[in-house]
Amino acid sequence: MKYLVYAALLAIAIAAPFLFPDYRTSLAALWILIIVALTWDMTGGQMGYNSLGNIFFYGTGMYVAAVICIALVYDVGEYTNAFSGEEQTFTSEQYFTGMLVGCLGAGVFCALSALVIGFLTFGLRGPYFAIGTLGVAIAAGELVSNWEWIGGGQGIALPVYPGDFEAGKDFFYFLFLVTGVALILLLGWLYRTRFGLAINAIRDDEEKAEGMGIKTLSIKLFTWSIAAFFVGIAGGISAFQLIHFEPLETAYQTINLGIFMVVCVLLGGKGTLWGPVIGAILFHLFKEVTWNYFLGWQWVALGALIVVTVVFFQQGLLGWLMDKKPEWFGIRVESREAAK
Amino acid sequence: MSNQIIEIEGVSKSFGGVHANTDISLTVEKGKITGLIGPNGSGKTTLFNSIVGYHPIDKGSIRFEGQEISKLQVQEIARLGLLRTFQQTRIYGNMNCIENMLISVPHRKMGLLDMFVSHDRETREKAERLLEFVGLYEKRLLRAGGLSFGQQKLLEFAMALMNEPTVLLLDEPTAGINPTLINGLIDRLKRANSEFGITLLIIEHNMRVIMNMADKVYCLAHGELLAGGAPDEIQNDPRVLDAYLGAH
Repeated sequence: MKYLVYAALLAIAIAAPFLFPDYRTSLAALWILIIVALTWDMTGGQMGYNSLGNIFFYGTGMYVAAVICIALVYDVGEYTNAFSGEEQTFTSEQYFTGMLVGCLGAGVFCALSALVIGFLTFGLRGPYFAIGTLGVAIAAGELVSNWEWIGGGQGIALPVYPGDFEAGKDFFYFLFLVTGVALILLLGWLYRTRFGLAINAIRDDEEKAEGMGIKTLSIKLFTWSIAAFFVGIAGGISAFQLIHFEPLETAYQTINLGIFMVVCVLLGGKGTLWGPVIGAILFHLFKEVTWNYFLGWQWVALGALIVVTVVFFQQGLLGWLMDKKPEWFGIRVESREAAK
Repeated sequence: MSNQIIEIEGVSKSFGGVHANTDISLTVEKGKITGLIGPNGSGKTTLFNSIVGYHPIDKGSIRFEGQEISKLQVQEIARLGLLRTFQQTRIYGNMNCIENMLISVPHRKMGLLDMFVSHDRETREKAERLLEFVGLYEKRLLRAGGLSFGQQKLLEFAMALMNEPTVLLLDEPTAGINPTLINGLIDRLKRANSEFGITLLIIEHNMRVIMNMADKVYCLAHGELLAGGAPDEIQNDPRVLDAYLGAH
């Protein structure tokens, strides 16, 4: 029964771009939201470490993927300085190799940088961790926008998709879909292992967990680096999808995607596997509707949504359901006889 | 090989100007129940924290099974098999009782890869058995944070047993538990000692409880070790009576 539901969901996800061809770019953006919300929840919801700096991995993923793709064919410094000069072209083989190596490289680079940043910031707790990681993301955006070798404030322009423009939209949608589904499968398994319980234990009482002999620091680093790996890949794919991106508004967009991922998780329910997915869908719908029909007021509507969520609906949709219908989630008193 | 599983020698610890522990020396004998009493603020919990590594000590040495542990980190000490419970009960509030138990398995026997296995049947059965032992079996699927204080205390005790420690340090196990439940708890503590062979070091204010259980009792006052001996010796020691009744 459970697997039937999953199969149906997957079928819908695969059919979506063909059923709604006009919305393919928007559906791809939904997958980005799902990926960043799920990865944010790994530390924020499951482990109790609210990072405001996960956008760092998205931006860094974009840059690393782009630089790798370019460096495989051209000199990066010359390429980024040659906007007005001669045209630089990529064969489709160079394009796809660059994309594959670039996105995987972006994931690995982000995972490693999560280990380094985590080592420095995981001593911070609560709001201090949130602010510390936010600082990292803001600083990175400023540094990158002053680094001429990778295009400075103008950003980087990547080659366009070599095939048909319409087919390109499907292509990017499915890249995000594959990444997202892989992430959901991985988390579905991980949260059921002892490791999943260990990160929950860190969330509930880290000192107690230490006292029981759990190696808290290595577990926290590992969790965040997995999250960073997926955000880095999503960033890399976005770089190719957007073709041109610049540091502050697109890559290290702390106040857009950096906050959206948190709102998605809060909306759907922290610390659950499907909460972030549901939250991302609801948030995306809300955002698309306000951007299309209340243009000019969209940021006000969004701000209102955040305030209402945080003030009245902290536990999110799944958290609220768990409160109302605990028995649906297996929360019940059960005697020895009844268990048999 | 000495029979003293914990040997504390000349341990001092101060916080700012407060001398919480001054030159304390005591030993815990393997397989026995040792009590630690003293008025509020006499430094009992500080000594516990020093033993399990929550803060560095200023002076002295702490040995566990002959090995110096005063420089080790909390997790390392726990992995040696020396475990504590807390005065203000600490459990994982958003997880259910079974999950609380499953994550309390002895981590000293595990490598990193063992973290990525699902829970086997044997571990699950052990968790259920221990929950039954403390009378929480029926509530095993409920959120631990929703249990009453006394039940949380029992859960914390069961979690400690799940960890299969060699020595268990209990910080006021009966505080906040109703009198009928206390008798049950004393019985279970004694059984943990005799059946599972766990050495116990217990901080306790309830004299009836500690005098009834312990093989040896130490008394602290003003951060110093006042006396140590068999329960009836301590009970009649004039210095101990003075410390409790307030005559200096």
